[in-house]
Amino acid sequence: MTKRSTLAAPYQIFLVLFVVLPLVLILIYAFMDGNGGFTFSNFATFAGQPEAIKTFVYSIEVAVITTVLCLLLGYPAAYIMSNSQLNRSSITVILFILPMWINMLVRTLATVALFDFVRIPLGEGALIFGMVYNFLPFMIYPIYNILKKMDQSYIEAAQDLGASPRQVFFKVIIPLSMPGISSGVLMVFMPTISTFAIAELLTMNNIKLFGTTIQENINNGMWNYGAALALIMLVIIGITTVFADSSSNREEDAGGPI
Amino acid sequence: MKKFLAQAYIWLLLIILYAPIVIIAVFSFTEAKVMGNWTGFSTNLYSSLFTGGINSSLITAIINTISIALIAAMVSTALGTVAAIGIHNLRGWRRQAITFVNNIPMMNPDIITGISLFILFVTIGLTQGYLTVVLAHISFCTPYVVLSVMPRLTQMNPNVYEAALDLGATPMQALRKVIIPDIKPGMISGFILSFTLSIDDFAVTLFTKGNQGLETLSTYIYADARKGGLTPELRPLMTIIIFTVLLLLIIINIRSLKINKKLNEKNGKKVLV
Amino acid sequence: MAGKDAIIEIEHLSKVFGTTLALNDINLSIKKGEFVTLLGPSGCGKTTLLRHIAGFIKVEEGRILMEGKDISEVPPFRRELNTVFQRYALFPQLDVYDNIAFGLKLKKLPEKEINKRVKKMLKMVSMTGYEGRDVNSLSGGQQQRVAIARALVNYPKVLLLDEPLAALDLKMRKDMQIELKEIHKKLGITFIYVTHDQEEALTLSDTIVVMKDGRILQTGSPIDIYNEPKNAFVADFIGDSNIYDAVMIEDRRVSFCGHEFECVDEGFGNNAPAEVVIRPEDIYVLPNPAAGQFTGVVRSCTFKGVHYEMFVDTPEGYEVMIQDYNAFEVGSEIGMLIKPQDIQVMHVSRVENIFKGEMVDSNHVDMIGGVFECPQTGFERGQKVTVRVPYDKVDLMDNVEDGTVCANIDFLLYKGNHYAIHVLTEDGYSARVSTNDVWDKNDMVGIKILPGDMTIEKAEEND
Repeated sequence: MTKRSTLAAPYQIFLVLFVVLPLVLILIYAFMDGNGGFTFSNFATFAGQPEAIKTFVYSIEVAVITTVLCLLLGYPAAYIMSNSQLNRSSITVILFILPMWINMLVRTLATVALFDFVRIPLGEGALIFGMVYNFLPFMIYPIYNILKKMDQSYIEAAQDLGASPRQVFFKVIIPLSMPGISSGVLMVFMPTISTFAIAELLTMNNIKLFGTTIQENINNGMWNYGAALALIMLVIIGITTVFADSSSNREEDAGGPI
Repeated sequence: MKKFLAQAYIWLLLIILYAPIVIIAVFSFTEAKVMGNWTGFSTNLYSSLFTGGINSSLITAIINTISIALIAAMVSTALGTVAAIGIHNLRGWRRQAITFVNNIPMMNPDIITGISLFILFVTIGLTQGYLTVVLAHISFCTPYVVLSVMPRLTQMNPNVYEAALDLGATPMQALRKVIIPDIKPGMISGFILSFTLSIDDFAVTLFTKGNQGLETLSTYIYADARKGGLTPELRPLMTIIIFTVLLLLIIINIRSLKINKKLNEKNGKKVLV
Repeated sequence: MAGKDAIIEIEHLSKVFGTTLALNDINLSIKKGEFVTLLGPSGCGKTTLLRHIAGFIKVEEGRILMEGKDISEVPPFRRELNTVFQRYALFPQLDVYDNIAFGLKLKKLPEKEINKRVKKMLKMVSMTGYEGRDVNSLSGGQQQRVAIARALVNYPKVLLLDEPLAALDLKMRKDMQIELKEIHKKLGITFIYVTHDQEEALTLSDTIVVMKDGRILQTGSPIDIYNEPKNAFVADFIGDSNIYDAVMIEDRRVSFCGHEFECVDEGFGNNAPAEVVIRPEDIYVLPNPAAGQFTGVVRSCTFKGVHYEMFVDTPEGYEVMIQDYNAFEVGSEIGMLIKPQDIQVMHVSRVENIFKGEMVDSNHVDMIGGVFECPQTGFERGQKVTVRVPYDKVDLMDNVEDGTVCANIDFLLYKGNHYAIHVLTEDGYSARVSTNDVWDKNDMVGIKILPGDMTIEKAEEND
């Protein structure tokens, strides 16, 4: 009876303790100085360090480039796999999904191995390649999902009304797959902007990303400054999420790829 | 022609996607210091992986990884299942609030989850180590269990619980004998998912493992790779990891295919497990 | 009322869900071995009442007795009764045998005894040989049989059935009705059966309890309820009927449809307002108009399988529904005759709306959730008043904004030449309306009352 709803109570407490409270703590620490007083100085420090700003901007650039590349490479792949005339077997889909479950670190090291193998020195190129390599499946999967579910009669209706294949693609298929695109963009952009270990390994620690900056500060005991940087990252991610959400009504298509 | 080009594109991407994995696997069977230099077939890297002097810490890391994943998965499954039953019986704003908060750990980037938990443990003065890693893993695994179990509950005939009471079962017995068996497939999916997520995790573990020397497989690899890049002994280790994960995934997929098929037969509905 | 042979007694049971009164002071005594049906339209509270008896809803007001003992606080798993659910609620992970054995295993009966009882029940519901079957592979009818066996195997003193046949198709439903009746006869235990199907209720029950809006309207045998409905709602709900406004001229003389008839009812007083029910099969049709008590012209005639159903218009403007084995040509004039014992006269408590209200100023009154203009009264603001409005002076407006109060058509009845309508306002007040306009149930309307149609009196102090 109604009493069963009390079973949610333990988890409610757990969520407050281990999800809500930690996020609130980031907020508090970000506005706190070493003595526990309220301050904006952590943000001022960030704004006053050209090096930090540069890393920040560079991280966004890398994330944007990775996302765009993933979209450009991934959309055709998703489209081909969802189209029954071009691809019948589902084995390719599974092959694209499987690597999503291999540890990110392991996959990154595997790209390092590839670069070693073909004797190309690590650096910016390797960084972008590694990022795309790591996150491409996350772009393909949601787009594939939405294209697969798409009602074929829209396409037939468009053809019936005189649209050329080109027009059908740009005026019907792309707009209808927007929810998948925005899911994919989120699933690629979010981890790329927040990554820290991948850049280290792919560039022999020559290129620093924003995530690495945060990690280093936390490791060096600069918790307040680190929290402030984490908050800045949260805001960027929040904005992206809101932007992606409003560009299309995302449905459940972002669900886990099992 | 069009189809050929399309297929060629797909397979090209797949080849690039799998090439590093294949290269690693192949070169784990040679002792060459540098990738690309085949110096003859050898399983020495594998045997030294487990016998070499430095590598008792690797064994410890593997044991840690598995034991943390098992504990986290078990606790998450229990906590998440009970929570799902509770949430299922909640209405109104409380349900919306808890569902919203439940989604946060899944949306949050690992680094934010890691840092926020790190700050939490520092603030409450909990020494970071095994316990904090387990707690952190439970916090990002349980939402997935809740999500796996909820659909099973929604599908359940709401009268089934009452029928059990009606036939003389106490509320606890009804839960154990009727509800739990009915949502078991969701619980198992949730358990496997939690286990995989826990094994796979790197960032959250790194921030919550403290400095008492606790290592899991991924932090071990990270520490190793950070020191000297991709050292030869990492190759067999990565090969093992990759193929274990692939094997696990194949098992899960066959399982969920079977469950889906069974459910389809039962009520003609497609259910995402 | 606590008869010695009563097994379930319900005393002053009320239940509020949010703002609606789901059960309103229910009093009911159910005899041992009876087949009792709770009958009513959806939302009348019949399922809520059943779920109270089963123990799924906590008793908040009133009490429920079983064999004289108060079971209001007893949890469902300790009540000696079992339920058959509308959608069966079989345990999907258990096979047929384990579903039926579920209750017995909880009671830790010896395996042999369980086996014997399950086999016996399977035989009773004609499902022998289905022990190992997956319940999900069974048809609806078979699942229902398993559900019945699962409940009966515990030898309950009372079996509760919540619209158990609603999900079955017509043919299967008829078969199961006969089987249920046989099972009841064989076991001799009490069945409490919930349905909205009046035909099912008439076929199965020893006693029918007709419910509406959380209240019991009438309790009685199927024959009593059919032949002597207590009010127009019961008459309309059970079977086909002609319902007319009437005047009881004196004992055994009633006037309706513009004619006087002899009847068997007494004690209403002289010239008392009443309603009459005449079942369509109780009207005799005579080809010679002069031979009947009153005449009419056949408007339509339809063959209904066994009888013909005819609608006849009388010169006085009333519509009469008749069921007869003979067909009469459309357009022909006929005579009609009703025997005194076939006229069921029902008491009518009031002939106009009586609203309680409070004056806002001398010519505005606040009642049924709105402020109405009324004639000059000379009463002061705050004066409690009683407002009388005849049924036919309440206007229902298509456009909700045109009325003073917004309401919902709750119940409507055709009375031969006009509709009698109950409306419920948004705030839960009810009003009755007589009208020639055609409305549908659940239509939203605005209520308008002209000031000249109100009669306002000071309310009595203790009102």
